[in-house]
Amino acid sequence: MLTLRAIRLVLLALPFLLLSMNTARAQDADISALVQSMGDASLRELGQIVTDLAATGDNAVVPALQALADGNLYVDETSGTVVIQRGSALSDPVSGQAVERGADADLSRIRVNNSLRRDIATALAGMTLMSDNPTTRLAAANGFMARPDPANIPLLDEAIAGETNANVLRVMQAARAVTILGDDEFGLADRQAAVPVIAANAGRSAITILTGALNTAPDDLKPAIQSALAGLEQERAVWGALQNVWFGVSLGSVLLLAAIGLAITFGVMGVINMAHGEMVMLGAYTTFIVQLIIRQNFPFLLDYSLLIALPAAFFLTGAIGIGIERGVIRWLYGRPLETLLATWGISLILQQSVRSIFGPTNQMVIAPTWMSGSFEFYGLSITYGRFWIVIFAAIVFALLLLVLNRTALGLQMRAVTQNRRMASAMGIRTPFVDAMTFGLGSGIAGLAGVALTQIDNISPHLGQNYIIDSFMVVVFGGVGNLWGTLVGALTLGVANKFLEPYAGAVLGKILILVLIILFIQRRPRGLFALKGRAVEQ
Amino acid sequence: MIRFSAKSALLAAAFAGSAFLPMTPVLAQDDTIKVGILHSLSGTMAISETTLKDTMLFLIEKQNAAGGVLGKQLEPVVVDIASDWPLAAELARQLVEVDGVDAVFGCWTSVCRKSVLPVFEELNSLLFYPVQYEGEESQRNVFYTGASPNQQAIPAVDYLMEEEGVERWVLAGTDYVYPQTTNKILEQYLLDAGVAPEDIMINYTPFGHSDWQTIVSDIKAFGSAGKKTAVVSTINGDANVPFYRELGNQGIKAEDIPVVAFSVGEEELSGFDTTPLVGHLAAWNYFMSVDTPENAAFIEEWQAFIGDENRVTNDPMEAHMIGFNLWVKAVEAAGTTDADAVIDAIVGLETPNLTGGTATMLPNHHITKPVLIGEIQDDGQFFVVWETEDLVPGDAWSDFLPESAMLEADWTAPINCGNYNTQTQTCSAAAQ
Repeated sequence: MLTLRAIRLVLLALPFLLLSMNTARAQDADISALVQSMGDASLRELGQIVTDLAATGDNAVVPALQALADGNLYVDETSGTVVIQRGSALSDPVSGQAVERGADADLSRIRVNNSLRRDIATALAGMTLMSDNPTTRLAAANGFMARPDPANIPLLDEAIAGETNANVLRVMQAARAVTILGDDEFGLADRQAAVPVIAANAGRSAITILTGALNTAPDDLKPAIQSALAGLEQERAVWGALQNVWFGVSLGSVLLLAAIGLAITFGVMGVINMAHGEMVMLGAYTTFIVQLIIRQNFPFLLDYSLLIALPAAFFLTGAIGIGIERGVIRWLYGRPLETLLATWGISLILQQSVRSIFGPTNQMVIAPTWMSGSFEFYGLSITYGRFWIVIFAAIVFALLLLVLNRTALGLQMRAVTQNRRMASAMGIRTPFVDAMTFGLGSGIAGLAGVALTQIDNISPHLGQNYIIDSFMVVVFGGVGNLWGTLVGALTLGVANKFLEPYAGAVLGKILILVLIILFIQRRPRGLFALKGRAVEQ
Repeated sequence: MIRFSAKSALLAAAFAGSAFLPMTPVLAQDDTIKVGILHSLSGTMAISETTLKDTMLFLIEKQNAAGGVLGKQLEPVVVDIASDWPLAAELARQLVEVDGVDAVFGCWTSVCRKSVLPVFEELNSLLFYPVQYEGEESQRNVFYTGASPNQQAIPAVDYLMEEEGVERWVLAGTDYVYPQTTNKILEQYLLDAGVAPEDIMINYTPFGHSDWQTIVSDIKAFGSAGKKTAVVSTINGDANVPFYRELGNQGIKAEDIPVVAFSVGEEELSGFDTTPLVGHLAAWNYFMSVDTPENAAFIEEWQAFIGDENRVTNDPMEAHMIGFNLWVKAVEAAGTTDADAVIDAIVGLETPNLTGGTATMLPNHHITKPVLIGEIQDDGQFFVVWETEDLVPGDAWSDFLPESAMLEADWTAPINCGNYNTQTQTCSAAAQ
């Protein structure tokens, strides 16, 4: 009895099974044909193909679409076949099987533009919402939020019911709320209820979405949106101020890095060193060379190239600094004007030699992965590059303090600065200490150069952009005082960033200069003036 | 002591000054035609202009190999204006008066052009200026082979409005004459197109600005008003690298807020990793990636000349090529290098450009150009996503500014005027 029923069932189901297998195969062939037709399609035709592929609703199109958006989809110009290329491996865009590279293969990338990239993202969002990978699901949910479509509500409901990851769930709920809010087929109560969900879950895009919705919302919906917006705006104002402080600290840390070497050579030794900026520039070029060598010989170390460049830059620029001190500056002690002219000459020579060797164009230093992108810290958006530079500046500053206050060399440096003849009488080799001090200052400038490769151009005149700011920081902070340099750099950074939104970047810079001039009029020795007899000399 | 050092400073300055003298020895030969090359080979602008100097040497060498002009060989005279504009005027005078050059190819920034203009007018010589500029100028002795705003800025804005549906605009630029004037024209154009004043944000930064955190976060906030936003960038030179880097780091993608740049070309992009920038736009009249036989030949010859198969080509290089070829044709048509004869002969002459079209010298001393919009690719090249169907004639005086809408430039008889007022039918010749 039982077996008979089973057989009958199977018999009944068989045609359907066969049919569905057939359609599946036919669909695969269709998809393959569509994907292959991308090879010689124009941009407009590509758009149509993407729409057609998305309309199949088949997950088999995902790899091809993803590859197209990422720029990994290639066409072999000789045979006309479309393949995915990752690294040097080729694979079929639909079946995923490896493909042999033909001997006369001429691969060229299938290019897409912005609107096509948007279409692909929308198409992919629908297909990847149920993926096993939470990152993929998150991207899909974000895609739904960016391009809401009421047809997606059932899909979203299903996904929300099965979602276990709290982060992804939040975005899915926000996406659902955005869809409901934006569509007038839903009732007023539903749409009103959607507003707080968006405000709570949509993160930094909540304001964008609600402001956008406000423009098109019916009058009875507006109060709900307006009150949610008012709350968000208030929150944003607070975070905005904090964000500004962060920007200021980050600018201050760059100024600190650039100036701290000068605080040694100019602040401690009293040498007006116009070639200081060029030491920064040489540090940056050292980074470039180190990265070039690593990229060619040890590609697996690429992410650490900046760390490897640090000692290289320090010792190279330090050695050049010692060379300059021994060769030029020591003949000019006590003659500040000549020192100024001589170091300016050196700066021109260094710039032009770098220009002759490397050419006038910018060089490229790739940002390591741990320095790209940004992270959210409560309401703050902090970029990794800036974050590490702030940390790096703090470390350099702490190390320098340690060297000056806790080592024999540091003790000798301070002794020579405060009273050269007495120090000399006590048996300190003052010429050696001078050379070491100048070397240390230059080496630190080199370290700054390594950090600056992440935010500025690596060009022969890189140093020129920082020399004036560096002098400003040192003079403002108080010559001869490292803490003064720290406070000076941070003050200038934060002040600059608070002026910028109101006065604009150009006027902000002018205002800062005027303020410093006024300040120096009142306190010619800067924020933290050295006191005592040493100053009077 | 001080006196002594002041004297040595003077000595040093005099010594340094001598470095700016022409690098090619002045040969007292009558069988050559001298061509002046007036570009910055040091200082901030060296990054862009050094390539143009090399381009001119390349073009001259090629012309000489093909038999020169009027049976004479061309002799380049190179000077370095060191990104110093008063020096540019001095050196321009020296080129014409002392070295006796018959035409000068040079300048990049508008301030350089404005500085040397009076010299060329006074000495009645020729200047070919190869860079896109703000317009609002037409001078008898100058030929503008770069784009005027209607050949670059306006079509780019049209593209964003029509293809990307942009409704909110950030006009970001470096603080000097080209961005200021271009933004003035663009703002008026956008207002005329019905964009509300609160949907336009204008922002200026100093040359070489490197801390873009605040501005990029402002742009992000400005873009969060629920309308599609785009940035129109007239940021010049070096400041672009940190700007784009900050955009990438703060996660502004081209799909959300596209940036269209007027001063970023292949040369500028060769300085950094463009992966985070894919999809941002640039508007030019030439891209290295344009697929024509003329372009392929040009690139191959250029790379062979410079000895580096990674060297890129860019828009101002094409402009110099067009300018140079037009000048050669005009000299051959006139049978002399005399400035007046060349000015009369050159209007209406045609030469092929590298994108498959023809550049014609117009009576207002501008040329016809196609307009291309390209998206940045991860290899530092541009992918052309849009181009004008026809060549666009350069317009010296913008039709979108009320004060210049009725002005026309025409250097042919009977008008012969750079700012002819079509309403009053007079020439207010004093102004330029």
